[in-house]
Amino acid sequence: MNNQTPTAPLNYLNHKTGLWSWLSSTDHKRIGLLYFYCIVTFFLSAAVLGLLMKIEKVAPGETIMTAQTYNAMFTLHGIIMIFIVVIPGLAAVFGNIMLPIMIGAKDVAFPKLNLFSFYLFLGGACIALYSQFAHGHSPDTGWTFYVPYSAEASSNVVIALTAAFTLGFASILTGLNFIVTIHTMRAPGMTWFRMPLFPWSLYATAWIQLLATPVVGITLLMVIAERTLHVGFFDPKLGGDPVLYQHLFWIYSHPAVYVMILPAMGVVTEIFPTFSQKPVFGYVPIVFSSLAIALVGYFVWGHHMFTSGMSYESRWFFSLLTFLVAIPSAIKVFNWLSTMYGGSVDLQPPLLYAISFIFLFTIGGFTGLTLGSVATDIQVHNTDFVVAHFHYIIFGGMGFGFFAGIHYWFPKIYGRMYNIRWANIGWGILFTGFNLTYFPMFIMGIQGMPRRYFDYDPKFQLGQTISTIGAVILFTGLITMISNLIYHSKKGAIAPANPWHGVTLEWQIPSPPPHENFDEVPVITRGPYVFDNPHTK
Amino acid sequence: MSTTDHNAHSEHSEYIDSDTGKMGMWLFLFTELFLFGGLFIVYAVMRSKYGEDFHHAALELNAFIGATNTVVLLVSSMTVAMSLTAIQKKQKNLAIGLIFFTILLAGVFLVNKYFEYGHKFALNLYPGSDVMRNLPHGEIMFFGLYFLMTGLHLFHVVVGGILLTIIMLKIKSGRINEEHFLLHENGALYWHLVDLIWIFLFPLLYLIT
Repeated sequence: MNNQTPTAPLNYLNHKTGLWSWLSSTDHKRIGLLYFYCIVTFFLSAAVLGLLMKIEKVAPGETIMTAQTYNAMFTLHGIIMIFIVVIPGLAAVFGNIMLPIMIGAKDVAFPKLNLFSFYLFLGGACIALYSQFAHGHSPDTGWTFYVPYSAEASSNVVIALTAAFTLGFASILTGLNFIVTIHTMRAPGMTWFRMPLFPWSLYATAWIQLLATPVVGITLLMVIAERTLHVGFFDPKLGGDPVLYQHLFWIYSHPAVYVMILPAMGVVTEIFPTFSQKPVFGYVPIVFSSLAIALVGYFVWGHHMFTSGMSYESRWFFSLLTFLVAIPSAIKVFNWLSTMYGGSVDLQPPLLYAISFIFLFTIGGFTGLTLGSVATDIQVHNTDFVVAHFHYIIFGGMGFGFFAGIHYWFPKIYGRMYNIRWANIGWGILFTGFNLTYFPMFIMGIQGMPRRYFDYDPKFQLGQTISTIGAVILFTGLITMISNLIYHSKKGAIAPANPWHGVTLEWQIPSPPPHENFDEVPVITRGPYVFDNPHTK
Repeated sequence: MSTTDHNAHSEHSEYIDSDTGKMGMWLFLFTELFLFGGLFIVYAVMRSKYGEDFHHAALELNAFIGATNTVVLLVSSMTVAMSLTAIQKKQKNLAIGLIFFTILLAGVFLVNKYFEYGHKFALNLYPGSDVMRNLPHGEIMFFGLYFLMTGLHLFHVVVGGILLTIIMLKIKSGRINEEHFLLHENGALYWHLVDLIWIFLFPLLYLIT
């Protein structure tokens, strides 16, 4: 490394080179980038599957695929998107890259364990792919693996279950690592309430990962035992109880929704103060609303099962709790809007994504209440309404949160700036395409279009066609956005250390960050969002 | 220059800070408890549904072997804790001896389990067998739970045994010593968890009839 020039100081990207130096690195930033590249690859392939499903539905009847292929496609789309992209997504990528920097640490608490979780993740992802190509049918159970079908289907369900189990284990270890990191590695002077809000949201998320994932782990193991050893816990023919499976599955999988959305909330909470040049409104309520979402989110799983056979009392109980979760979410929306109010708002791409996050998340949240109240849920259960709702939450929420995050931290991660104009155009196409794709599904769902059907009644033709056109636009938007980012990660203009005039710690170090983040350990003397000296960096 | 920095960093991270490492282990143990927690939920649901069948099926289990294994694990928990104290007091050979005895007890547990499972297989009482299929529903559930819970526990005994062997070798080579005994402490914590879970399994499966 003697040929370094003053314009290219050593940083985490170039202090060591070669493929092996990346694959064996315990540097949290490099591991974060490895996750990033894997997740983007999987996201794009699952997005293609989604596009193909939409094309199948452009006209009634069979157009490009058979019913069995369609079943395999929505299963694979679900498994990849949920277990490989959305659940690890923000925490593994931005959590890994930014968490230690934002709390003033050199790395996470257990760097080797961090690398190990990455390989577990990669292994799980490969097993999921293997389930598609191994001898026999691809799994066609949907990502929820409901018994008794998953116990009897002739497809490669055991392989898919093993994949989900492995990915869950990777998620547990990441969560464990983050909790210990936040407890023990904060810089001197960084008290709990001087910690930025993205780490806070990761902290709440990590507890859910840690305490909910083992339950689904053992549940998936039980289904594997059911298929290989015929034990019959969930098989009515052997005296088992299929509804028990649904309980155990949703005990994890509902909190998992908060694993997806909480870090996205954390990302936009960083973006609003920076682009308003104004302290975040209501720091403490935001902290406690994150913790409240994590806590209450444990006790609402039953709302997935209103039609599965539950007592009247448990239905109203779960419904009530579901409505309670809406309160902390609404507090956050109120805080984000108030942060912008009266600030000097700079409408850059990250803020565009963050504002559209609020818009889409609010629609997703309100329709969530429709599903959370027993009477309306029974009307729209298992229709396209549900599909539209969770795409608004997961794609509109977590997805747009992720896009906001990458546009926000891109100059920090790569030391280069993307093309702002193309980023804005990409956002416009994406946002339009998104609403065209999913909004018609709300209407069709209310009219009775069932989910997971490859065919439909001709009366849904108009809505389905609009939705397909939307999907094509959406996909174009994704390509526009991603190619802008890929191209400028190598060729973009050199970015200053602090292009957005942010005040959290990651903006106080060079871009890209040096290998060990800080030359000297930072000492924190005040809260994270103090904008007393703007535009000096 | 950066290379030397990096080396300094690696040397620094060879021993993880003790409090940090222990906190990580405790969190991991919580996840293990939740893993078995899922099985306990299924046990509770099935027991309330098929109380009568569970009663009959539980009589099939050999409470004597179960009790022996409980004693074996309790003693092994004690010896692993004594070994940790020994290493803190710089009594290296005593520590090695005690941990060797712990591994021996883990072996005794496995041998007992071998005979216990062997007896069940001799009676054709295993999941998927013809005998099992014709039993009442509740008894199928009971034996299914019996094999899955004790099987998963057995897996933990084996992992714990391997972990203890690694610890014993590291004490021998001096990498675990009176200053750096985090791995030993965590291994002991893990072994206590193995013991703790058995303390729940034993009454649930063998004693409550």
